[in-house]
Amino acid sequence: MTTVASDLHAKPSWRSARSAIMTGLMVAAVGAVALPLVAVLWAVIERGASVAFASFPDFFTSEIPVISRRAGPGMGPAIVGTFLVTGGATLLSVPLGILGAIYLNEYGGTRKLARAVRFMATVMTGVPSIVMGLFIYIMWTMRFGYSAFGGALALAALMLPVVIGSTEQMLRLVPSHLREASYALGATKSRTIIAIVLPAAAPGIVSGCLLAVARAAGETAPLLFAVGAATAYNPSLFDEANTSLSLQIFGNATSSFAAAQDRAWGAAFTLVLLTFLVTFIARVVTARFSRMR
Amino acid sequence: MTADDSHDDIPVQRAAPRIGHRGSGDPQVAIDTPVVFDLEDVAVYYGAFRAVRGVAMKVLKNQITALIGPSGCGKTTLLRAFNRMHDVIPGARVTGKLQYHGIDLYGPQVSATEVRRRIGMVFQKPNPFPKSIYDNVAFGPRVNGTKNKIELDAIVEKSLRAAALWDEVKDRLGSSALGMSGGQQQRLCIARTIAVEPEVVLMDEPCSALDPIATARIEELMRELKSRFTIVIVTHNMQQAARVSDRTAFFTAELDSANDRRTGILVEYDVTQKIFSNPSDERTENYITGRFG
Ligand SMILES: Nc1ncnc2c1ncn2[C@@H]1O[C@H](COP(=O)(O)OP(=O)(O)OP(=O)(O)O)[C@@H](O)[C@H]1O
Ligand SMILES: [Mg+2]
Repeated sequence: MTTVASDLHAKPSWRSARSAIMTGLMVAAVGAVALPLVAVLWAVIERGASVAFASFPDFFTSEIPVISRRAGPGMGPAIVGTFLVTGGATLLSVPLGILGAIYLNEYGGTRKLARAVRFMATVMTGVPSIVMGLFIYIMWTMRFGYSAFGGALALAALMLPVVIGSTEQMLRLVPSHLREASYALGATKSRTIIAIVLPAAAPGIVSGCLLAVARAAGETAPLLFAVGAATAYNPSLFDEANTSLSLQIFGNATSSFAAAQDRAWGAAFTLVLLTFLVTFIARVVTARFSRMR
Repeated sequence: MTADDSHDDIPVQRAAPRIGHRGSGDPQVAIDTPVVFDLEDVAVYYGAFRAVRGVAMKVLKNQITALIGPSGCGKTTLLRAFNRMHDVIPGARVTGKLQYHGIDLYGPQVSATEVRRRIGMVFQKPNPFPKSIYDNVAFGPRVNGTKNKIELDAIVEKSLRAAALWDEVKDRLGSSALGMSGGQQQRLCIARTIAVEPEVVLMDEPCSALDPIATARIEELMRELKSRFTIVIVTHNMQQAARVSDRTAFFTAELDSANDRRTGILVEYDVTQKIFSNPSDERTENYITGRFG
């Protein structure tokens, strides 16, 4: 017995050395990827948190100082504006994108229309966001003036191909044996999609949409032309100029006044915090809905 | 549509023709046992590839019909033709005469969903939905319009009892079906199938992933279900075919001169006892005695 057991002991060899090297390289790669991420988060928290939480909750509720050289809070209107613009864009793009992906994956297949839509979506992913902003400026803002909705349109156009792409990917991953089980019970195609395919793909679809929302929430260029530059609260989606956290970060960070730069850091911190909160809530909700996985 | 009127539009053919195999005599089968499936010259194609051809057989009501034969001879392919599961595979098509109670299953007026509601299928790999045990069984009845909670509860309990699963799961109907053992999952799939009260249950190697105890249970289950359903089962296990089935069809794959590829053919179809004790074809004998090349 002892001989057999000792045969099982690993012998020092080129194989285990190679394994160690590869493991080391992998750890290094993970570190290299994580480093910038941690650095960015750290910078934002270190410089932003103190600004945002000074005399809490003023920074989150006060209006933006009209004269940017003055020190002090806040970012209230920008938070509302971000919710309006990003929320509007989400309402426009997510339902449309999911329906489009359902068409592409479940009905379109390799049909001409499906191929055309897929091609357009790919092309749209490549359109620079500032070009999209310019397009909305011409098509919308020049006619109807500044509004949160113009920004929502621009962001929706940017989000749509991302939502379509990621949702189609997730639908494709739903194993065919689940569909077949549903068909074999006499379910129609639409019933199968609604009751089996979508719930099975839901966590992935939500992840994809969240990624699109988080990216859109930080977009600045397409909003420059469409949203305007308000400093007071504007709760209306359709009327008058509005503002957003990303626009405020841009505006204040490029200012030469220290007070404004501080506000930019505070706004950056607020944006990261909001994105994190929204992601967290969405995850909890999906986990609850698809606990049966 | 309720369970009572569901079979109205497919007239039951009472006066079935004689089905004995070339005068082999058929002591077990009364002359007037209704024919459920009547096949003549059935072939199934995947695109240009003909997977099975020239199948002629009659499946009798309340009997267990076993399909046996070497791997790749088209057993699964033929089984899926019985409830139009090939409709969902692009390029797959069925030719020849395949009648269900005298009605052409592939006729232009016939709806595949209605067909599958009457002809259920249990797949080779257990494929429960990523839902609760209860929702798995209730899925079919819900699809077919049962909404009443009390009614659903009753159906779920009855089906789980019929599948010999009730006692094991009655306290955790709300937990995920994916947390069950493979054998339990397969019995759940059987319960799910019989919950819609089909007339025929098609089973594709239902025991291939199960241990002997679970297999024995499912075989026992099949014998019990026989009084209520007509069962067609694909199996690689010849003892199983001999144990449970009333009639056995032996298939093999032969080189098809038309396209130089191997195509499945039906070699012999007869009372199970006859197939296993005194087959008329040499190829059958070679296969069941293990002399298959
Ligand atoms: N979806 C498909 N597309 C193309 N060819 C297929 C498809 N499914 C099966 N075939 C082919 O049809 C033939 C019969 O396959 P089938 O699965 O019916 O065999 P089987 O008798 O069930 O075999 P096994 O006992 O291994 O399950 C095989 O040559 C297989 O490669
Ligand atoms: Mg098979």
